[in-house]
Amino acid sequence: MPEQGARVHMPRLARYVVRGLEYFTWPLELDDYLELISPLWSTTELRGRIERIHPETDDTVTVDITPGFRWRGHRAGQYLRIGFDIAGKRQWRAYSLSSDAARPDGQITITVKRTADGVVSNWLHGPQATGAIVTLGEVEGEFTLPESTPPRLLFLTAGSGITPVMAMLRGLRRAGELPDTVHLHSARTPTGAIFAAELQALAERDPRYHLELQVTGEQGRLSPADLDDRCPDWRERECYACGPGPMLDALSDHYRAAGLVDRLHVESFEHFVLGDRTGRGGQIRFIRAGTEVECDGVTPILLAGEAAGLDLPYGCRMGICHTCTGRLVEGSVRDLRTGELTHAGTEIRTCVNCPDGPVALEL
Amino acid sequence: MPSESMIESPLARLSPEEIEAIGAEFDAIHDEVFASLGDKDATYIRTVIALHRQLALLSRAILLGSRYRPAWLLGTSVLGIAKILENMEIGHNVLHGQWDWMADPKINSATWDWDTASPAEAWKHSHNYVHHTFTNIRGKDKDLGYEIMRIDPHQPWHPVYLLQPVYNLLLAAFFEWGVAVHDLDVEAIRAGTKDMDELRRQVRAIGHKAWRQVIKDYVAFPALSGPRGFKTTLTANFTANLIRNVWSYAIIFCGHFPDQTYTFSEEETAEETRGAFYLRQLLGAANIEGSPIFHVLSGNLGYQVEHHLFPDMPSSRYGQIAPKVKEICERHRLPYNTGRFSHQLGTVQRTILRLAFPGGRPAPKPGPYVPPSDDRVTAPLIAV
Repeated sequence: MPEQGARVHMPRLARYVVRGLEYFTWPLELDDYLELISPLWSTTELRGRIERIHPETDDTVTVDITPGFRWRGHRAGQYLRIGFDIAGKRQWRAYSLSSDAARPDGQITITVKRTADGVVSNWLHGPQATGAIVTLGEVEGEFTLPESTPPRLLFLTAGSGITPVMAMLRGLRRAGELPDTVHLHSARTPTGAIFAAELQALAERDPRYHLELQVTGEQGRLSPADLDDRCPDWRERECYACGPGPMLDALSDHYRAAGLVDRLHVESFEHFVLGDRTGRGGQIRFIRAGTEVECDGVTPILLAGEAAGLDLPYGCRMGICHTCTGRLVEGSVRDLRTGELTHAGTEIRTCVNCPDGPVALEL
Repeated sequence: MPSESMIESPLARLSPEEIEAIGAEFDAIHDEVFASLGDKDATYIRTVIALHRQLALLSRAILLGSRYRPAWLLGTSVLGIAKILENMEIGHNVLHGQWDWMADPKINSATWDWDTASPAEAWKHSHNYVHHTFTNIRGKDKDLGYEIMRIDPHQPWHPVYLLQPVYNLLLAAFFEWGVAVHDLDVEAIRAGTKDMDELRRQVRAIGHKAWRQVIKDYVAFPALSGPRGFKTTLTANFTANLIRNVWSYAIIFCGHFPDQTYTFSEEETAEETRGAFYLRQLLGAANIEGSPIFHVLSGNLGYQVEHHLFPDMPSSRYGQIAPKVKEICERHRLPYNTGRFSHQLGTVQRTILRLAFPGGRPAPKPGPYVPPSDDRVTAPLIAV
């Protein structure tokens, strides 16, 4: 079954009323009729309307979305799965929310950089997207500030890695809780820096917020060793970093060497890295399909099955959405992101797990 | 004289290479359509679905005044049409997975349920799998006579078939219930090969569907019309279900039982290749000519041949590929079974009456497809 949007939470009384009315609408749901009036009224799948799309840079836009029901909130730094109907087909993507949850107009925003053959990012840069109805999935992600704001913050962002941090800055400012903050942001060119004007304005208005822009096209990349120079008290700051994988890996090493792993919080939006995590590989038996496939120790089960011509369910392909799950009946699998081992008897995500010896799956 | 192979199939004169070449041509049609699916197709099915819901609401509203005769007539007709749309162009085709490519969980064969007695799960097995895989193979395709009718002279006669003209009419009137029971696979139950747990599950599912339908059409909506309108709304809903049943019966019986269609023995189809599979579908199905509105109301099963070649292709594309299928038939001197609705239904009824009695032989086949000369072309009633 394809990926679904989030269910709208309804009060108990409303649920009883709906259930009663469904004696009239069966086998359809009340929703199916409400959608005739407005697709935003769907309660089985939360929807939103794209109100406005405005450019941030030459290749990046911010998309304002009005949710069908009052936004149930998110924590700044989290991401949202959104389903876009493009050329008749629903395409699901995860985007960091660049808005904070307390916007008075109830809107949420995502900020999207155009990629060369990105189906969704190119569509969002085109003319048809404004006014379109999208399906809103679950809010997820652990890249968030703690309940009580740390007294001193360090943000390290690169490229579109600014988006979750922008949500944090907006939230902190709205709550009037912006602490002593250093923000080192990298962009290839000065004009390519997303939110440059807003960050600059914040830095001019608020003395607690210190911004440094690194134009990597001219100055080269920041390396963790530069921290001593650019932010001498980095050891005393709670650090939130979002950017490409290699940058985050280098930072992790640096913090580990300094014995400060707890101070570092990272978020990467690239597909999970098939780095040094490997399983043993093995034979995969797809029970429902009646097919057996050999899989090495670095290939996710989903890819191995697809290579053998199977039509397996999938969604995000990065271990977020649980669309691809199947029951592991025999054997063990290893999570290629965390190295974690899972044994037979539970549902597993085929997109991030690889067999550890022979396995059988209810798929 | 009737014999075991009463009629020679056009398959016999084709070499294996020719059969595979024809198969490749059909594959190419399939791939071309699937590569071009897009917004237009999605808009089509969403529009038909919205139309059904609007008609359903409209008819239910009109029937609030069902105790007035004109309202009864109008409401019943609109509800009948809504139910026909829901079963034929929407339900049957969504359950085939024709719209699964959209990845919309609401218009998907895994989640869809329809306004009929047959539960979606059982239907997908008996129809999508059994009927569409073993189409017109005697002894394997359980839709060949639905295990209660003698529709092919190869089937041995039994005195019970003398009643066939009567229960044929009953089946037309209560088609949805016939289909629901048929999904249970009565023959397997009789033979004792049916898994009893599965049977219990299926009967419970039918019971649940029957219950919801009775509540909706014969209790909830009649009650909404008030004490004075209860009975008239109930009869209106009953009549609408009847209209839907008779219509779907007529369309479906025209799919495989007209004189032009071939049936096959298990031996003929053992070790069948992909190309031969296509040809069996081509020979075993028959089209109905009609206007675009006729095709929508029949779930595009007037393009039964195209549907059997490509059961998971969006139905709105069948009309578009029909000329290409005809062209293949013409070039390879193969039949393309088609005819007017009255003619197709007439030959089916004649067969049902004739085969109620012993004996009988297959009807003569029309031979290779010849494009009609202009005066035979039926103009659409309403061009849309």
